[in-house]
Amino acid sequence: MEPIIRTEKLNHVYSAGTPFEHAALVDVDLCAYPGEYLGIIGHTGSGKSTLIQHLNGLLKPTSGRVMVEGTDIWSSKEATRQARFRVGLVFQYPEYQLFEETVYKDISFGPKNMGLDEHEIDRRVRSAAAFVGLSDAALDASPFELSGGQKRRVAIAGVIAMEPAVLILDEPTAGLDPVGVEQILGNIRDYHRAKNATVIIVSHSMEEMARTAQRLVVVNEGRIPLQGTPTEVFSHADELEKMGLGVPRMTRVFRRLRELGADVDPSVYTVDQAKQAVLNALKRKGVV
Amino acid sequence: MALKDITLGQFFPGKTLLHRLDPRAKILLLICYIVALFTAKNLAAYALAFGFLAVAVVISRVGLKALLRGMKPVVFIVIFTALLNILYTTGQGEPLVAFWVVRIYWEGLRTAFFMVIRILMLISCTFLLTYTTSPILLTDALESLLGPLKKLRVPVHELAMMMSIALRFIPTLIEETDKIMSAQKARGADFESGNLVQKAKALIPLLVPLFVSAFRRADELATAMECRCYHGGEGRTRMRQLRYQLRDYLALAVGLALCTAVWLLNSLGVF
Repeated sequence: MEPIIRTEKLNHVYSAGTPFEHAALVDVDLCAYPGEYLGIIGHTGSGKSTLIQHLNGLLKPTSGRVMVEGTDIWSSKEATRQARFRVGLVFQYPEYQLFEETVYKDISFGPKNMGLDEHEIDRRVRSAAAFVGLSDAALDASPFELSGGQKRRVAIAGVIAMEPAVLILDEPTAGLDPVGVEQILGNIRDYHRAKNATVIIVSHSMEEMARTAQRLVVVNEGRIPLQGTPTEVFSHADELEKMGLGVPRMTRVFRRLRELGADVDPSVYTVDQAKQAVLNALKRKGVV
Repeated sequence: MALKDITLGQFFPGKTLLHRLDPRAKILLLICYIVALFTAKNLAAYALAFGFLAVAVVISRVGLKALLRGMKPVVFIVIFTALLNILYTTGQGEPLVAFWVVRIYWEGLRTAFFMVIRILMLISCTFLLTYTTSPILLTDALESLLGPLKKLRVPVHELAMMMSIALRFIPTLIEETDKIMSAQKARGADFESGNLVQKAKALIPLLVPLFVSAFRRADELATAMECRCYHGGEGRTRMRQLRYQLRDYLALAVGLALCTAVWLLNSLGVF
């Protein structure tokens, strides 16, 4: 399958030519495929935020190319502009970017910048609000009167309203309570399913990634040392540990059980898989 | 656009004698120097002041390039002052140049020359202070020097604290601006094209969140300070104690010596 986003030998150097020179990305080749739910994991300062800001043309690569739907996004001004709309990027703590008088106006900021007509803007704002579970009454409220979790959802709706083919979210659940986390992840899954959009989530929560992502990309010191399905990635527990990332709690428990001599499959990472693995082990022993 | 790259406050960290001097001594030395500069009347006095500055620049290891870069914004003022002095000073004797309404006298050239030198040296020595002293030390020093004003009920500590906090939050706010700008650009905001009105309007999505977050931060900081029982300057001790050392007294002596020398040279009346 043709990737929807592809980076070729992407390099980014901060403060080039000064004593503070620092290579944030080194020869990164990343692919994201249409309709995929991709997770990017990495330590603070690993370069993951720099990487995602290249994918919609907010940062210009020092060298290398970024291709979105087959076009180099830096080939022309129009290509860069289109990349911003085709690839929606939700920053960390996006609620701090709200500025309009009403929620409705704030969500319509993106679509308005795309130059859409009144009717289409209205449709997109309402559909985006529905995705994140905002009622019509909430649309007329001031975004500054809402709760933290609601603000976050308004901000995400602001990007969803541009109906991007690729939705990238940087730590979308940071600082939310468990209920808020589930709601946001649910909203993102709904968008993923309904639009068959590519979703890229950046996180350092292994548990969350294990549950949601189909494929994982690990970023460390500006490179991609590991990628693959969660099972593949989490089987490299020692390497992940060295990068300061670790594996999901469930995987850790099962690796420990294995070390203690229990005949269980160590490549589990969710509670459901854990239950199945325990049942399988017991079955083999003939207990159940 | 990388706002982070803009250098704010021009402190160059270093370990030279000028860096290690007590900031209060440095401020007092600067005052001495400015007094000397403004009382200088003849070439010999200016030469002395210039020599003093040159030695200070060499000691500080700041580099001529950095110093000259600081001059850029004042070039216009300097040229303007020079022109005004050349054109409007009338002297005795014959004008050197005379056409239409323009009369340029020898005295005009002389005043202009001294004025330009004076402004340039004034700026250089103040820059030298900010290049070699961290902003936090500067505010500490100001608080200490203005201490006596507390008796007159001037809220010296509060003013110094406000200055420290403002300085502390400049990089934070710049980072925040960068972030909000990126976030709005990701939603298709355009900060670069359009005419003046359009550009000003484009700033609203940037300024509103920035103000909101500045107020939020101020609120959080106030709470955090109250939680640690901050109650103003009364009886408060410091982590960085400022203490005069021998070199600081020597620096002050040099400053006073400079003023005296300039005063003596003035009375010599050369040039």
